[in-house]
Amino acid sequence: MNMEDGLNLTLGLPGRDESDKESCFKNNNNNKRSQLEMNDESNGSSDHAKEVDMENAPATKSQVVGWPPVRNYRRNNIQAKKASETESGMYVKVSMDGAPYLRKIDLKVYKGYPELLKALENMFKLTIGVYSERDGYKGSEFAPTYQDKDGDWMLVGDVPWEMFMLSCKRMRIMKGSEAKGLGYNV
Amino acid sequence: MFPEEVLEHVFSFLNSHTDRNTASLVCKSWYEMERWCRKRVFIGNCYAVNPRVVIRRFPEVKSVELKGKPHFADFNLVPEGWGGYVYPWIVEIARAYPWLEEIRLKRMVVTDECLEIVAKSFRNFRVLVLESCEGFSTDGLAAVAANCRNLRVLDLRECEVEELSGHWLSHFPDSFTSLESLNMACLGSEVSFSALERLVARSPNLKTLRLNRTVPIEKLSTLLQRAPQLVDFGTGAYSAEIRQDVYSRLADAFSRSKNLKSLSGFWDVTPAYLPAIYSVCSQLTSLNLSYAATRSPDLTKIVSQCYNLQRLVVLDYIEDTGLNTVSMSCKDLRELVVFPSDPFVGEVDVLLTEQGLVSVSQGCSKLQSVLYFCHQMSNSALISISKNRPNLTCFRLCIIEPRVPDYVTHEPLDVGFGSIVENCKQLTRLSMSGLLTDRVFEYIGTHAKNLDMLSIAFAGDSDLGLHHVLSGCDSLRKLEIRDCPFGDKALLANASKLEKMRSLWMSSCLVSFGACKLLGQKMPGLNVEVIDERENVNSLPEYVPVEKVYIYRTVSGQRFDTPDFVRIMGKDKDDLYNLS
Repeated sequence: MNMEDGLNLTLGLPGRDESDKESCFKNNNNNKRSQLEMNDESNGSSDHAKEVDMENAPATKSQVVGWPPVRNYRRNNIQAKKASETESGMYVKVSMDGAPYLRKIDLKVYKGYPELLKALENMFKLTIGVYSERDGYKGSEFAPTYQDKDGDWMLVGDVPWEMFMLSCKRMRIMKGSEAKGLGYNV
Repeated sequence: MFPEEVLEHVFSFLNSHTDRNTASLVCKSWYEMERWCRKRVFIGNCYAVNPRVVIRRFPEVKSVELKGKPHFADFNLVPEGWGGYVYPWIVEIARAYPWLEEIRLKRMVVTDECLEIVAKSFRNFRVLVLESCEGFSTDGLAAVAANCRNLRVLDLRECEVEELSGHWLSHFPDSFTSLESLNMACLGSEVSFSALERLVARSPNLKTLRLNRTVPIEKLSTLLQRAPQLVDFGTGAYSAEIRQDVYSRLADAFSRSKNLKSLSGFWDVTPAYLPAIYSVCSQLTSLNLSYAATRSPDLTKIVSQCYNLQRLVVLDYIEDTGLNTVSMSCKDLRELVVFPSDPFVGEVDVLLTEQGLVSVSQGCSKLQSVLYFCHQMSNSALISISKNRPNLTCFRLCIIEPRVPDYVTHEPLDVGFGSIVENCKQLTRLSMSGLLTDRVFEYIGTHAKNLDMLSIAFAGDSDLGLHHVLSGCDSLRKLEIRDCPFGDKALLANASKLEKMRSLWMSSCLVSFGACKLLGQKMPGLNVEVIDERENVNSLPEYVPVEKVYIYRTVSGQRFDTPDFVRIMGKDKDDLYNLS
C-alpha cells in the first residue's frame, strides 16, 4: 500500500484497482457491492436513487444491526406497548330505554361532550338537545345518564370531561317522564 | 510575572477543561501552577491515557470524569467484552485521592467491586453519576448507600444493572440526610416504598427524584407531598384503573409542587391520568414524555400549556399537528427530541413527517438542538430548517429507512444537508441519514468548520467522501461511520488528522487489514483496533476489509485488556514480518 496514492485523489470515480477487491466483499452486505457497480454506470442522481431503491430489497430492512439508532430499552418498551394497544380503549355499555339490545362505545374516541352526544344521537336516532347546568337537557325527550364508580346514576355533562371519563362505568339514555324528572334537579 | 497566589486566584475562574488545558500550555510556570490547582479532570477516552500519568500530573483532584466505549456501543455495534473497564482507574484514584468527591462515568464497565472500593475509600464522597454503564448489581448500590455518608447525588442514567433485589435503597442509614439527587429510573426491581418515603422525608435538600417503573401511581402524591421543594421529578408507571380519589390526590399534589421544573417517567400511561399534571405545565422547562405511548390529542393538550418549555422529548405520536402546537406555544424551546414509536420500517400509521420539524424550526427561535426520527425528508424542508434556524448547534436526523432519497424529487439529500452546514455556522454535532453521495461530504468539508462530532451511515460513494471530511473539518474530534464505501486511501492520506481527533469508528466499510496495520505502524500516537468476530479472521488476506475498526489517539500505548476479537494493529514485531 503506497501512501502517495492517497495524494493523487481526483474528483473522478473510484479507480479500477478496487474492482479485484470486490470478490472479497462477498462476505459483506450486498448493498455495498451494488453501490460500487452503480458508480460505474449512473450519472444522473435520480437514476442513482431508483437503482438504490431497487437494490434495497425488503429482506435487509429489519436485519440491520443497530439501525435505526434507538437504544435497546426504548425498543423493548415500544414493542410491549404495541402488543397491548389493541386491547386498551375505554369501552362502556350504553343502554337505551325501550331498545332491545345495548351498544358499546369507546369514550377515548371523543374529545368532549358535544362529540359524545352527537355520536349517541346518531347511534340511537334521536335528539338529546343542549345541556345546561341549571336545567339539564330540558325540553328533550331523552336524558343521557351514566353510572359512576360509586354506583350512582348521574346526568351526563355536570362534571369536566376528563373526570367523566375517569368515573363513567356505563351509560343509560333515559326516556320520557323519568328523563324529565332528572332535569328538575332531583 | 504574577506571584503564585494571584495566578492561582485567576485560574480558579477557569472552569472549562479546554480553558485550563490552554492555560497550561502558555509556559512552564503556568503549567506547574495549573496542575496543582486543577480540581476536575475530564478524560474523554479512558484508553487515551494511564491513570498514573493523570495522578502524577494532577495531585489535588476532587472530581474525575471518564468515558469508555465508543458511542456506537449504544446501538449494539461494540461486542460484549470489548473493554472500558473502570477498575484500574478506581484502584489508582482510591489510593491517590482520598478526598475525592465526584466520579462520573459514561459507557464503562463498572463492577460491584469497583462500587465497594468507591464506597469505602473516599470519606467525603458526594457525587456518583453512572451513565450507560453496566457490570454492576444492586449489591454494589447497597454498598454505596450504606457507606457514603455525605452522598449528594446518585444518578444512574440508562444503566444495565443486575437486579438482585430492591433492598439496596434500605441501606441508606437513618442518619443520612444529605441526598440532593436520586435517579433510579433504569432499575427494574421494586424498592421498599416505606424506605423510599422515609428517605425522601429526611432529605430536605432533595431536588431531583426520578423513580423507577415499579413505584405505582397511587403512591406518587405521597412522595410529592413529602418533597415540595422538588425541581425534577420522574414518575413510575403512570397507569392504574381509573379512580377519582387517586386522580384528585395526584392532581392536588402536583398543583402544590410549585418548584417543579422538570417531569419525566410516564411509562405505560393511562391517558386519563395525564390531566393531573396540567397545573404544573406552565412551570416546566423540561418534559420527557418519550415513554408515554399515547396519541396526539393527549400529548398536544399537554404541550399547549407548556409556555416555558426549553426541552421536549417525545414520541412521534405527537405528530405534525402536535409539533405545530409546540411551535406556537413553546416559544422558549431550545431542544427537541422525537423518538420513533415503531423503530422498524413497518406500516407508517403515525402522521409525523418533515413538516413537524419545519414548523418547530419556524416558530421556536431559540431552537438549538434537534434529534428527530421520521420516515421521509426533502431537500426543501432541510433548506427551510437551515434558513429558519441558523443558530442550530446540534442537528441529528434519522430517516428510518436507509438510503431514502428526497421523497418529492427523488434526489439525494446532499443539497439539504449542505444547506444545514452552510447556514448553521455554529453547528458542532451532525448526524445524517437518507440517500447521500460524496457531494454532501464536499459541502461538509467546505463549510462545517465548527463541527466537533459527525455520524454517518449508509452514505457516500467513494473514498473522496471521507477525504473531504477528514481534510476539511478543522474542529472535528469524533467521527463515526457505518456501512459506507470508504476505504484505505482516504484514511491513510489523512493519517495525521487522526492524531488531532479523539477517535474514529468505521464499521462495515472498506478499510482493509493491511491499511489498519500500516496505520498502526506509522502512527505511534494512535491505537488502531480492529474488532472482528469472524472465525477465520487470522487467515484472511491483507486486502480484505475488516468488520470494524476503532482508531483513537493515546499517550499510553496499546492496551492489554483486549478480548480475542480485538487486535491492536501494527504494534507487534510480528506485524513487521507479515508486512512483506
